Amino acid sequence: MTHNATASSAKWRLKQPSIIPGFGLTLGFSLAYLSLIILIPVAGLLWRTAELGWSGFFAVLTDRRTLDALYISFGTAFLAALVNVVFGTILAWVLTRYNFRGRRLIDAMVDLPFALPTAVAGIALASLYAPNGWIGSLFMPFRIAFTPLGIVIALIFIGLPFVVRTVQPIMEEIDREVEEAAATLGANRFQAISKVILPGLTPAILTGFALAFARGVGEYGSVIFIAGNIPYVSEIAPLLIVIRLEEFNYAGATAIATIMLLISFMMLLVINLIQAWSRRRYGNV
Amino acid sequence: MEVTINNIRKEFERFPALNDVSLKIASGELIALLGPSGSGKTTLLRLIAGLDFPTAGKIFFGDEDASNHSVQERNVGFVFQHYALFRHMTVAENIGFGLKVRPSSSRPPKSEIRRRVSDLLDMVQLGGLEKRYPNQLSGGQRQRVALARAMAIEPRILLLDEPFGALDAKVRKELRRWLREFHDRTGHTTVFVTHDQEEALELADRVVVMSQGKIEQVGSADDVYDRPGSPFVFSFIGESSHLPVEVKERTVLFQGQPIGISESVDGGGELFFRPEDVSLVDAPDALFGKVTACRRLAGTRIAEIDIANDGYAPYHVEVEVSLHAPVALGSVVRFRPTRWKVFTNN
Repeated sequence: MTHNATASSAKWRLKQPSIIPGFGLTLGFSLAYLSLIILIPVAGLLWRTAELGWSGFFAVLTDRRTLDALYISFGTAFLAALVNVVFGTILAWVLTRYNFRGRRLIDAMVDLPFALPTAVAGIALASLYAPNGWIGSLFMPFRIAFTPLGIVIALIFIGLPFVVRTVQPIMEEIDREVEEAAATLGANRFQAISKVILPGLTPAILTGFALAFARGVGEYGSVIFIAGNIPYVSEIAPLLIVIRLEEFNYAGATAIATIMLLISFMMLLVINLIQAWSRRRYGNV
Repeated sequence: MEVTINNIRKEFERFPALNDVSLKIASGELIALLGPSGSGKTTLLRLIAGLDFPTAGKIFFGDEDASNHSVQERNVGFVFQHYALFRHMTVAENIGFGLKVRPSSSRPPKSEIRRRVSDLLDMVQLGGLEKRYPNQLSGGQRQRVALARAMAIEPRILLLDEPFGALDAKVRKELRRWLREFHDRTGHTTVFVTHDQEEALELADRVVVMSQGKIEQVGSADDVYDRPGSPFVFSFIGESSHLPVEVKERTVLFQGQPIGISESVDGGGELFFRPEDVSLVDAPDALFGKVTACRRLAGTRIAEIDIANDGYAPYHVEVEVSLHAPVALGSVVRFRPTRWKVFTNN
């Protein structure tokens, strides 16, 4: 008995036995697809960066302009994702908890940033928030457009649906009984929300945050119209990559891209680990 | 805590879920609300808890009019059908929740909360599991955590919604006995909702039988089983058969023929009897019909009998027969109820 058990567990297997057919076909398709779309381009990116050598790579990395661009890209994306977590969660709450005239319309509007060409969004936001625009003029002499704040606003617009669409289905699943249980135990409305409902939503909110953040880091189209693109002040890393490409400095462009890739990968990894931890802990009851 | 329910009416979008319901629950009593789904039993429980508010009528806790008090003010322990445990909290945090959310003026210190939680865990026999999360517990354990959580706030009354509904039969039986002991030990006024009559009859001091938003009968297990107050209670609780009869000069007539039993009030009505309250007889004035099936039921044997109905679908009755002398399929048997009740139409 024991002998058999150890023998079979020692044998390495690519796949656990399953009655669902088509493992070879679907895995093969997935791998081919991933290779064409993601793995080969990323490999090319790393290959091109390698041409620079360590010293060249290090020179690009420590360049003031690169550092500032990265700082602005990641900083604004982080701020925008934070804002979206708050407003996205409130918006999801309004859409799931209340039934009012126009709810479906608002629900549909949430997806607009997905569909709207980002350049259109950028131009619209820029003209609104420009010093002579409708909203921008109200805040003069404080400038919104053509500063990092303008970038944050564009990224909030772009990232909002990610938070709403990840939090909304989980919020719809919340059992009314759980809230009622909190009430019978003496918790007021505020305590029920802050101690019972929000902690249950944490994994979904984290996912929404990660998606909005990742999208914000890579966003280009809407930002360049509202950012002003002043080097060291409001120039985002993707724009710097384009500038390097226009200078035919391909290795410099790919070096910045590689750095962005690494930072993004690290951050998403950390977020995923936090999610896995919270999912393991809370499970699904 | 004594609870008095006065002429409660509850409508959901003009559909009455409860219609003029009154009930007095004595302090320390264990009461079952029993009825089919849609009878309004859960609605009544939620009204007592303050999770819903009545359209009309009043609810008193002792002498205090609680009708307009919020659920937080009523201080009731409520155990939900699916337990509604907070899944991101450990067992100990779940149980301590009700104490932790109290305003700082009445909140016990942390060490006191910890002590109370561990006492409650011992009481529900879950000592040592305080660090677990709800998804690491079995159904029966979750049920007991939910109960301990409800007890932590020292409720004035304990309310349970289908407390054993989601458990398998064996655990259900164990927990039923356990809840009875728990009630006897703590002496809390307890109301639970169930659609399982066996559960209600075994566990409760008094059973409230409900149907279509009304209370049909309130009484002990013996009362509702042996002296059902209405045709609904007779057919809902236990097994029973019924036949349309007429009472003339105190003799019960079925299809115009006397069947050897009498009743005190004249008029048309419905004759009810239980399978075990029937004896096979060899007399002309008796009910008779053809045996269509015979099945073994635990310690007894039940014969299904069709009584001819003049070309219409036959009446179907069930009769207990001797284990040792089975009746032949297709044979005609004659029988009389030994205990029965006629509910007259007027």
